[in-house]
Amino acid sequence: MAIVFNLLRWAIEAVILVSFVWLVSWLVSQVNIPVSYNLRSVRQRWASAVVAVLGIAGTVGVFVAMMSLAKGFKATLVSSGSADNALVMRAGATSEINGSVSMEQVRVIQDAPGVARSGTGPLITAEVVLVAPFPLRATGSDANLQVRGVSPKALEVRNKIKIVEGTFFRPGLNELVVGQNVAHTYAGMSVGNTVTLGNTRWLVVGVFDAGGSAFDSEVWCDAPVLQQIYHRPADSFQSVTVHLNSPEALQQFKDAVTSDPRMTVDVSREVDYYDKQSQVLALTITVLGGIVAGIMAIGAVFGALNTMYSAVAERAREIATLRALGFRGSSVVLSFMIEALLISFMGGLLGCLAVLPLNSLTTGAMNFQTFSYLTFAFKITLPLLVSGVGFALVMGVVGGLFPAIRAARQPVAAALRSL
Amino acid sequence: MKFSGLVFANLFRKKLRLLLTLGSFGVALFLFGFLAVVRAGFGGGVQDVAGADRVVTLSRSGFIQLLPRAYQDRMLRIPGVKAVTFDQWFGGVYQDEKNGVTEFAIDVANQRQVFPEMKVPEDQWEAFIKDRRGAIVGVKTAQRFGWKVGDHIPIKGTIFAGTWDFNLDGIYHGRPNKDDETQFWFQWDYLQERVGADIKGQVGWYTVRIANPDDAARISKAIDAEFANSPYETHSDPESVFFANWVKQFGNIQLLILSIGGVVFFTLLLVTGNTMAIAVRERTAELAVLKAVGYSDRFVMLFVLSESLVIALIGGGLGLVFAKVITTLWNPLPGVLQIFYFSPQAMLTGLLVTLAVGAISGLLPAIGAMRLRVVDALRRV
Repeated sequence: MAIVFNLLRWAIEAVILVSFVWLVSWLVSQVNIPVSYNLRSVRQRWASAVVAVLGIAGTVGVFVAMMSLAKGFKATLVSSGSADNALVMRAGATSEINGSVSMEQVRVIQDAPGVARSGTGPLITAEVVLVAPFPLRATGSDANLQVRGVSPKALEVRNKIKIVEGTFFRPGLNELVVGQNVAHTYAGMSVGNTVTLGNTRWLVVGVFDAGGSAFDSEVWCDAPVLQQIYHRPADSFQSVTVHLNSPEALQQFKDAVTSDPRMTVDVSREVDYYDKQSQVLALTITVLGGIVAGIMAIGAVFGALNTMYSAVAERAREIATLRALGFRGSSVVLSFMIEALLISFMGGLLGCLAVLPLNSLTTGAMNFQTFSYLTFAFKITLPLLVSGVGFALVMGVVGGLFPAIRAARQPVAAALRSL
Repeated sequence: MKFSGLVFANLFRKKLRLLLTLGSFGVALFLFGFLAVVRAGFGGGVQDVAGADRVVTLSRSGFIQLLPRAYQDRMLRIPGVKAVTFDQWFGGVYQDEKNGVTEFAIDVANQRQVFPEMKVPEDQWEAFIKDRRGAIVGVKTAQRFGWKVGDHIPIKGTIFAGTWDFNLDGIYHGRPNKDDETQFWFQWDYLQERVGADIKGQVGWYTVRIANPDDAARISKAIDAEFANSPYETHSDPESVFFANWVKQFGNIQLLILSIGGVVFFTLLLVTGNTMAIAVRERTAELAVLKAVGYSDRFVMLFVLSESLVIALIGGGLGLVFAKVITTLWNPLPGVLQIFYFSPQAMLTGLLVTLAVGAISGLLPAIGAMRLRVVDALRRV
């Protein structure tokens, strides 16, 4: 699917480039109808031009907004992983929440080659992951909050995550540290507050900043405490995350762990794991957004066609006069194409500008793959804006070409006679 | 009626514009249809699906926490409870991770008392209860993978490790396009054989059928009170509330697509309405002639109105029919949207919206035409 969309985008960009080069070369090589003529005629019938501009702007806006949402969601999950971390889960588990790794296996993992070490020993964290209902601040209704019981070394393993307020939890106590987004989106998740999770009271002691990644939508606590409260066996975990000596050490680590007969586990690079977790929802947004934008594009092209055809009809005499003055049919086609492209370019620009304020606005949704509620932001990038404007120009070409050809083909004498 | 010829002649005076206007209407209503289907697919219409006489009981700590099997008997003792069944989420995949199947390990003895709308032929059900490795799947899942009764189906567990072999003993049908026809049922006893000691004798959630739907809220409270202060506290909701809460979590995505789509839909209609209004204004002089010849103000108004209504009806109707055809043939996201169906109610709503827009966009120029002073208009001829 992603390949199809990429191909489509490249195709769109190629078409824009070719048509642009074609236009410029025509402009240079020919004595032409000045562009100011088109500018003046757009101003002359601004009402219908505005309708066409708005139609295209709306289409481009929706296109950019939906794609930025899918991109933002993906970026949030992908940025959660590090290239020099590895995630170990039971073989066949599709997400952490389905996993199970025994204490014995954890010991094998921590002694495996490739695992980074600090003064306190191997940098690994064996984790208990579950989701618990917790009320959202905005609506008061419950959302599935991801709760992660971690080892005290979790911050050394995921070294991009920093405590920004309060402290880290103390092992053995009912203390929570919460991600930045959790502090904003859930009711009562602020430092010093007591909250109830799993029928137990917890003290929120700190807030961590995970750089906008999925961890920012999680709360962390001591793994043994969480196991006890949720009646989980103390010798079983959902996943193990390992900090590697270097990103290249993955293969060595993987070979050692998976060849051990006691192990029935899958090892993946943390980045790859999170990339996979983003696929279903990102695809859902892309497909639905793409279809809506596609339908709209057809509507907008109809609008542009209507506008341009009525422009041609209204200006039959003008066109005939131009032809009588000696401008060639190709110049007339070009002139109308410029006008259509002008309108669509304005539409594209307007659409992009209209959705620009959405950038980094956060929203939330349940990830189908982990059942947990994730906060993420619209991510509007320059390439996305460029393809938005490109999309607009394609609509302009499609909507302008046929009316332009009709304009050039109009019989000069007949049109002049109606003067 | 005898003027229908004139109406049609006017329609076709600019064939290209007619085509484009019809096309825009069609596109707008196609979009409407598509959005209605997506909304239903995301569970916008769960209230129709959920049984009013059912209560869902989960662990208070969230849906992944299990509950003791022994709760079933204690629930049955609560007055007003007719039947209790339990399920456990299995979370397996067929052949490939992309082929997620919604498997439930079910309580064979009580399943049909609680979910009577899911129909299984009697002989298939008999075979299923005798077959420890038996499975019954919804008709949609059977179609998706081309399974037939008698097939052996290996399912790879993602929560419960290993490959599990099932014999397909039957296929269930719900009410078409209302009930979830994608589930995969197998015996909870079979699951118990292979699970670890830590979760033996536990179940995922209970579904309780009650005698009187009006009691749903009261019985939910009674169940939770029964298990309060135990190590496994419960949280019960009437089934409709349970689904509504679940759907809310998809929330923003659905809201975004629908609100964007809604804005677009109305913009498209406004643009189209504008075009139609222009088409009428162009002919002011002709309308003046009609009046000069002696037709009444009201006649001229209805004449103009009927033209825009005809366009709206044809264009919108085509769009709705097209949407129906496309959504019947093609579900772009079969794994995510289990129900992908354009309901007759939604089609009717679409038709009413079309007619409303046709009427409004025709009404403004029509009133203008009615008020027209013949002298002024004729001067322009």
